[in-house]
Amino acid sequence: MADLPPPVQGPTAKEKKYDRQLRLWGATGQIALENSHILLINSGPGVVGLETLKNLVLPGIGNFTIQDSAVVSEDDLGVNFFLEEEHLGGFRAEHTCNLLKELNPDVQGNFITEPVETWLTQPEVLKPYTFILAAAPIRPELLARLSAHADAVLVPLFYIHSVGFYSHFSVHLPPAFPVVDTHPSPETTDDLRLLKPWPELLEYAAAKTANLDAMAADDHGHVPYIALLLHYLEEWKKEHGGQVPTTYKDKTAFRTILSKAARTDNPEGGEENFEEAVAVVLKSLNPPEPSSAVKDIFKAPECILVTQQSASFWVIAHAIGLFYTKYGVLPVPGAVPDMKARSADYIELQNVYKTKARKDLAEVLDSVRFLERNTNRSAPIDEKDVEAFCKNAAHIKLVRGRPLHVVQADSSLTWGDRAKSMAQTLTFPDSLVPIYIAFLAWDKFIATHNANALGGAPKIPGESDADMDTDTEKVTSIAFKIADDLIKEASASPDEDEYAAVKTQIGEFGQELVRAGGAELHNISALSGGIVSQEVIKVITEQYVPVDNTCIFDGVRSKTAVIRV
Amino acid sequence: MADAAASSQPTAGSDTNRARWKYLDRILNRPGPFTDPDEFRPGNYASVDRAKILVIGAGGLGCEILKNLALSGFKDIHVIDMDTIDVSNLNRQFLFRAADVGSYKAETAARFVEKRVKGVKITPYCGKIQDKDESYYMQFAMIVCGLDSIEARRWINATLVGMIDENDPDTLKPLIDGGTEGFKGQARVIFPTMTSCIECQLDMHAPRAAVPLCTLATIPRQPQHCIEWAHIIAWEEERKDITLDTDDPEHITWLYQKALQRAQEFNIPGVTYSMTQGVVKNIIPAIASTNAIVAASCCNEAFKLATNANPFLGFPGTDNYMMYTGDESVYTYTFEHQKKDDCPVCGSGAVARPLEVNPSATLQEFVESLAERPEAQLKKPSIRTGTSSLYIQSLADLEQQTRHNLVRKMDDLVEEGEEMVITDKAFPTQFRYKVIWKK
Ligand SMILES: [Zn+2]
Repeated sequence: MADLPPPVQGPTAKEKKYDRQLRLWGATGQIALENSHILLINSGPGVVGLETLKNLVLPGIGNFTIQDSAVVSEDDLGVNFFLEEEHLGGFRAEHTCNLLKELNPDVQGNFITEPVETWLTQPEVLKPYTFILAAAPIRPELLARLSAHADAVLVPLFYIHSVGFYSHFSVHLPPAFPVVDTHPSPETTDDLRLLKPWPELLEYAAAKTANLDAMAADDHGHVPYIALLLHYLEEWKKEHGGQVPTTYKDKTAFRTILSKAARTDNPEGGEENFEEAVAVVLKSLNPPEPSSAVKDIFKAPECILVTQQSASFWVIAHAIGLFYTKYGVLPVPGAVPDMKARSADYIELQNVYKTKARKDLAEVLDSVRFLERNTNRSAPIDEKDVEAFCKNAAHIKLVRGRPLHVVQADSSLTWGDRAKSMAQTLTFPDSLVPIYIAFLAWDKFIATHNANALGGAPKIPGESDADMDTDTEKVTSIAFKIADDLIKEASASPDEDEYAAVKTQIGEFGQELVRAGGAELHNISALSGGIVSQEVIKVITEQYVPVDNTCIFDGVRSKTAVIRV
Repeated sequence: MADAAASSQPTAGSDTNRARWKYLDRILNRPGPFTDPDEFRPGNYASVDRAKILVIGAGGLGCEILKNLALSGFKDIHVIDMDTIDVSNLNRQFLFRAADVGSYKAETAARFVEKRVKGVKITPYCGKIQDKDESYYMQFAMIVCGLDSIEARRWINATLVGMIDENDPDTLKPLIDGGTEGFKGQARVIFPTMTSCIECQLDMHAPRAAVPLCTLATIPRQPQHCIEWAHIIAWEEERKDITLDTDDPEHITWLYQKALQRAQEFNIPGVTYSMTQGVVKNIIPAIASTNAIVAASCCNEAFKLATNANPFLGFPGTDNYMMYTGDESVYTYTFEHQKKDDCPVCGSGAVARPLEVNPSATLQEFVESLAERPEAQLKKPSIRTGTSSLYIQSLADLEQQTRHNLVRKMDDLVEEGEEMVITDKAFPTQFRYKVIWKK
C-alpha cells in the first residue's frame, strides 16, 4: 500500500443519494434543480400535477408550491397517492404538500389554498416562482394571465391535460431557449476532420505510418485507424489529381483498398485496426459541414447584433460564427473515440486533437473578449462556458418558445405560421393531432359551460350520465369547427376520404374524452407526470433537448406525438 | 383472451362502497368508441377486484407499479424481490425512506402501499423468483415485471412458456414487462407461446461488449480500461484472499487508487471515484421520471387487459412493444415484434436457431463468446450435440470428464449444419442452435 496515492475522500451523503441521476445531468444540473422554485396550479382530480411534482421532489428540486383550493373528498382517495383517509375534509393543497415533502427532506414545500381566481389577481403573486405548471381545467382568462406573465418575465409555463386515456401538455418557453449541453448520442459526435486535417495531424499520421509495409506484424496491427485513413487518403489523392473520395462509388473503392491492405497472414486472419478504419469510411469521410440548425443560429438576429444586454449564449455564438466564416468549419471538439492502438500512440493522438481544440478555443475566446470590450459588457463570460460551447458546437439547439393556445369562450383559434403544417399533420393516418383538437374542444366546452346558473365552477363534459350524449355531441361539433377553421386558414384541401377519416377520428377521440367525464386515470396521469417532469428537468438544467412545444399521449394505442403549434 | 386475465364472476361481494372509485368507475361503467362490445361489460368491477396479479421487482419500477395497480383498483397483489434498500435507491424508489435502508424492498413497499391505499392486500415475498415453482405462478391472472436483470426476465419468460397447456386456457399468463436505462425504456406485453417472447426479443437487449483482456493487460487507453484492470487483474494478483464486495467503500477506494496509479503510468486522464464505482458495479443511470413513464405504461396495459376498457397491447397480430426515448424531445415507437419460429423458448421446435461459429476457435473461446453474443447471452453453458457431450459444467465430475475438449477447435468437434443443445442452469429450458461456419 505504501506506493499508493493518499486516501481519497469518498462520495458525500448527497452524492450517494443522487448517484444514479448525477451520472446523467452532473453537478451543474443538480445545482440548477436545487435553485428552482416550481409552482403547481392544481385542479380537477389533481393527479397529473402531483405525479409530476413527485418526480421532481425525488431528484431534489429546491422548492415547490401547490396552489389548490379543493377540499379532500372520498373520490380523491381512489386516484391520488398523496392523500390518506384522515385528510378527508382538509385542504388538498396542504396534505398533498406534506406527503410529497416526506419523499425528500432536502426539498422545501409550500401550499396556497386561496381560490386561484382571487389569488392570481394579487400583484407580484407569481414573482417567487422560476417555473409554472398549470393543470386543466382552468379558466381561459387565468391561463391567459399566466401566459402573459411567462412572456413578460421569461418563466417557463407548462399547461397539462390528463383526461381518461388521453393526455396532452404544451410548453411555453422563452422566445430564445438555447441548449449547449444537448448530450448527443455518442455515435453522432465523432468529428475527426479527416477531410480537413491540420499540419500536426498529418505529421502524426505520417510518423505512425512510415514504412507501413515493412512494419513488424504487431506494429502493423496497432497503427491507430485514424493514421491509417489519413495515410491511404494521401495515397488516393496522389492517384486522383489531389481529390479525396467523395462519391459513394469512390468511397466504396477506397474502402476496398483499405480492406485489401490489412494483413491476413496471422492467427486472427485479419487486423482489428484495419477493420475499424473500414467501418468508418462512409460515415467519417464527409466534409465537416455544420447542420442547418446550427447555421440558422449564426443567422439569428440576436446573433448578428450583439449588445451589452445580450445573453452570453449569443456573444459566444457570434464569436463561433466568425470562426466559421473565416475557416468554413466549427472549432475542433477535441474528443477521439477509442480504437485499437498502443497506449502511448493513442494518448499522443488524443493530444494532437486536444491541442488543436485548445487553439481553436483560444481564437474563439479572443473574439468573445473583443465583443465584450466593444459592447461594454461588465462581467466577462466564463471561459468554461466558451469551452463547452466549442466542444458541442455541432449539436447546439435553439428552441424558439412560443405562447400557448388559450381557448377563449368568444373567439376562434388562429394558427398563424403553423397552420399549413398542422393541417397537413392532421390528415396523416395515425396522427394524434385530432386528440389535441379534441382537447381544445374540451377546453372550449369548459370555457362556455358552468356547473350551475350562478357561474362558479365550470361544467366538465360527461360529468353526469344523463348528459353524456349531448355533451359528446357538443364537444365533437366544437372539435369539427376547430378542424374546419384550421383547414380553411391553411387553405388546405384534403380529399374527401382524408376529410371523412379525420372527422371520424375527431368524433371518436371526443367521445372517448367525454366518456371519462373529467376523470383522471392514475396510470395515464402517472405516465404523463413522468414525461412532464422529465421535460421540466431538461428545461431547468438546460441539458438534453426539450419538447417543442406540444406533446400528446394516446393511452389506448400507447403512442406519443410531438408537434409544434 | 379476456378470460385469461379477467374473472367473469358476479360483482356481488366486491367493494360495495364505490364512492372512492368515482373516477375509475366512469371508465368501468361506460363503453367507449374503441371498446370491444363482446368483451366489455359495464360495471364489471370484479374484473380488477378479483384479479390476482404478481409484480416481480420492488425497485424503481416496482414501487411505481405497486402504487399504480393499487390505484387502478387491483386488490390482490403479490410482489417478489430479494433485495434490501440502499441509500442510492432513495432518489426514485419513493416508497422508501432513509430509515428503511437495509430492510427488504418487497416487505417495505407492500406495507407502505397497503397503508396508503385502503382495501388493497399486498403479499410480499422477499426472495428469488427461482424459489417458486409452477404451482405458485399458476395462481395469478397476469404478471408485471419491473426488473433490471435480463437473466431473471428470461427465467420467468421460459417458466411461463413451459406452463402452457394448450387444452387449458387458464395456463396462459400474460407477461407485461418494463425496463429503463437513463432517459430510455420500453414496455411490452407477451402472451406466452402466442406472441413474441422475451427470448424472441433477446437481440434487442445486447450486452455491452467487454474490453479484450490484452487491452487491459498491456495497452490501456481509456480511464475505464485502467479501472477494469484494477478490478479484474490487480485484485486477483494482490488481494486474492479477500472476496471483492463492490458495496464496501474500502474495496472501491482500493480499486480506484490502483486504477489511478495505472492511469498515471500511461498518462491517461479521467479516472474518478464515481467512474470506478460505475464501471465496477456496472451502474446504469436511473431516474424517477423514466420509471414513472414505463411503469405506468405497463400498468395501463394491465388495467386494459383485466377490464377490456380499451384495446391493449399484445393481442396477437397487433402492437406489443412500446419503445420510449426521452433525451431528445419525446419519442415513442410502438410496434408488433414478430414471434420467431426458431426461438429456443417459444418456437415450434421444428427449427433450431442458426448460430455463427468460428471453425478455428477453440471450444473454450466459443463457450466464453456465448456470454456476450446478443442472441445467446449464456454465462454458464453446457453443450451437447446429438452424439456427444462437448462440455458440461453443471456437474463437477462431468466437467472433469469433458474439460479436455476445451482446447480443441470447433471444426474438430462439430460439423456445419449440426445441431447443438445448450443448457444453462439459470434457465429452465434448453436452447437449440444450428452451427453455421463463420466466413
Ligand atoms: Zn420466443
